[in-house]
Amino acid sequence: MTGFLLRRAGHALTVILLVCTATFMLVHLAPGGPAVLADPKLSVEERTAIEERLGLDRPVLAQYGLWLARVARGDLGRSFLYEVPNLRAIGERLPNTALLAGTSLFLSVLLAVPLGLWSAAHRGGWVDRVVSGAAFVAMAVPTFWLAIGAIFTFAIALPLFPAGGATAAGGSGGVLGRLYHLAMPAVVLAAVTTAELLRYMRSSAQTARQQPFIRVARAKGVRDAAIQWRHVLRTALIPVVTVLGIQIPRLVGGAAITETVFAWPGLGRLGIQAALGRDYPLVMAITLFISAAVVIVNLAIDLAYLWIDPRIRMDQR
Amino acid sequence: MSPAATGSSRRRATIAAGVLALLALAAVLGPILYGADPNTLDLGRAAVPPGPGHPLGTDESGRDVLGRLLAGGRVSLAVGFAAVSCSALLGLSLGSLAGLGGRRVDAAVMRLTDAMMAIPALFLIITTLALFGTSVTSLVLAIGGTSWMGLARLVRAELMSIREQPYVEAARALGARPTRLLLRHAMPHLLPTLLVNVTFGVGTAILMESALSFIGLGIQPPAASWGNMLTNAQAYLYASPWLAVYPGLLILVTVVAVNMLGDALRDVTEPGERTT
Repeated sequence: MTGFLLRRAGHALTVILLVCTATFMLVHLAPGGPAVLADPKLSVEERTAIEERLGLDRPVLAQYGLWLARVARGDLGRSFLYEVPNLRAIGERLPNTALLAGTSLFLSVLLAVPLGLWSAAHRGGWVDRVVSGAAFVAMAVPTFWLAIGAIFTFAIALPLFPAGGATAAGGSGGVLGRLYHLAMPAVVLAAVTTAELLRYMRSSAQTARQQPFIRVARAKGVRDAAIQWRHVLRTALIPVVTVLGIQIPRLVGGAAITETVFAWPGLGRLGIQAALGRDYPLVMAITLFISAAVVIVNLAIDLAYLWIDPRIRMDQR
Repeated sequence: MSPAATGSSRRRATIAAGVLALLALAAVLGPILYGADPNTLDLGRAAVPPGPGHPLGTDESGRDVLGRLLAGGRVSLAVGFAAVSCSALLGLSLGSLAGLGGRRVDAAVMRLTDAMMAIPALFLIITTLALFGTSVTSLVLAIGGTSWMGLARLVRAELMSIREQPYVEAARALGARPTRLLLRHAMPHLLPTLLVNVTFGVGTAILMESALSFIGLGIQPPAASWGNMLTNAQAYLYASPWLAVYPGLLILVTVVAVNMLGDALRDVTEPGERTT
């Protein structure tokens, strides 16, 4: 088991290192070179001065080493749009994105798991057909269009929810005010994730139902509900957890779009604004930060396997 | 698979292919046949609801919406197909490299694949476009360059299993080089996987392009794309909600048709792997 964990941690570190390298290469290949990171509006003289200060006259490998050392120390550079260290700008927005992405992931699992189980148990029934059809459409809807549609329906035509923002103007409005602002973006963001999870849950539960141990359980006289919730659910969840790991980078990307439409002050919106404002250091810092976060979440998912699937615990002991 | 299932797959594939052919035809011929210029500003007739002269109305700058939808469709479909070709080429070559190149090459390519899957594609594309500038070419390369990982893994897995087959061993014993093995012996097995993957990829690429254009990093105005037509629609949602309807609906219909075709193709090529 320790071996399994160490191997996974090693993979995660390699991936983070590769992401750092890719970011470094992108900067060096960009037209204008790394000096664009300083400020795009500089004169030639100022640029030469900066290139000297950044050590751009040194060999590329030495520069790469310096860059890695800086990243390892948590120095992700300074934003020139906000004139603060990038890590601080990220820290200010991170809780909002975590709240939004976390809520919609929770909603997705809450909906997709029982609906998928039910659909697999009652194939071709009306629930199955309606839910599968809805999932098919949800996977093809552009997130931003769904968001615009939600704003039109629930903020303009029926003014039930606010059209944007994370809190009421002027004040926090407490937990209820927060939830009130969170509702629409979280549901919109959850749509695609729910659809994809549901499809996997359904097919994975279908496979699980055909396993011999289900027949054994039934032969032993275990009640249908117990078979469904204990045996089928637990087996079916294993591949679904993998899919969840693959979904997270896309969830974060979708969150960026959703945040933009709903003016939700999160990390994704910050990244898009930084890209539009040519704030290169901030864009790269956010990409690096989010990728590292995704890798760590995936490592946590590998740990979750140990808990879900006893077979892995047995094999690795 | 039962004959009934084959029949329904075929019917769905036909409908989906018909819708896609119609959309492609409209994108190619539409701008030629339909007279209105998509970029002519007419501020005196801005945000006019659908009616005579402008069948689908005009946008906030008085440009003809139908004309822009046709021109935008050309861009969106072209970017979608070009990006997928790019990602198919990358996925196929990197997957083959991993599958046939030996243990070290395999490990290197697979770690690269893991890294690419960990980075949210949207952010990598945003970084690339911010650093290299936005153009149709960089958009295609960025979308293609961040969507090849799934195919690479499939190709690798397929090659690993084919490699052990007696006929491949025989070919190798006769002195066939890896390139010949790949093109002559493995390709026929890879084609169905490739076809299904590429079909779904078109939908993903079109969604990505529209999202990027929507946030202002994709196709740049005044050139129209379905995504950037929605950028301003949000600001005019109260006064002219119809501006937000058509571009989104067209993206939805296109991606639904593409996914339907992909599902049907998968049912035909891998009867055992049906998920629906």
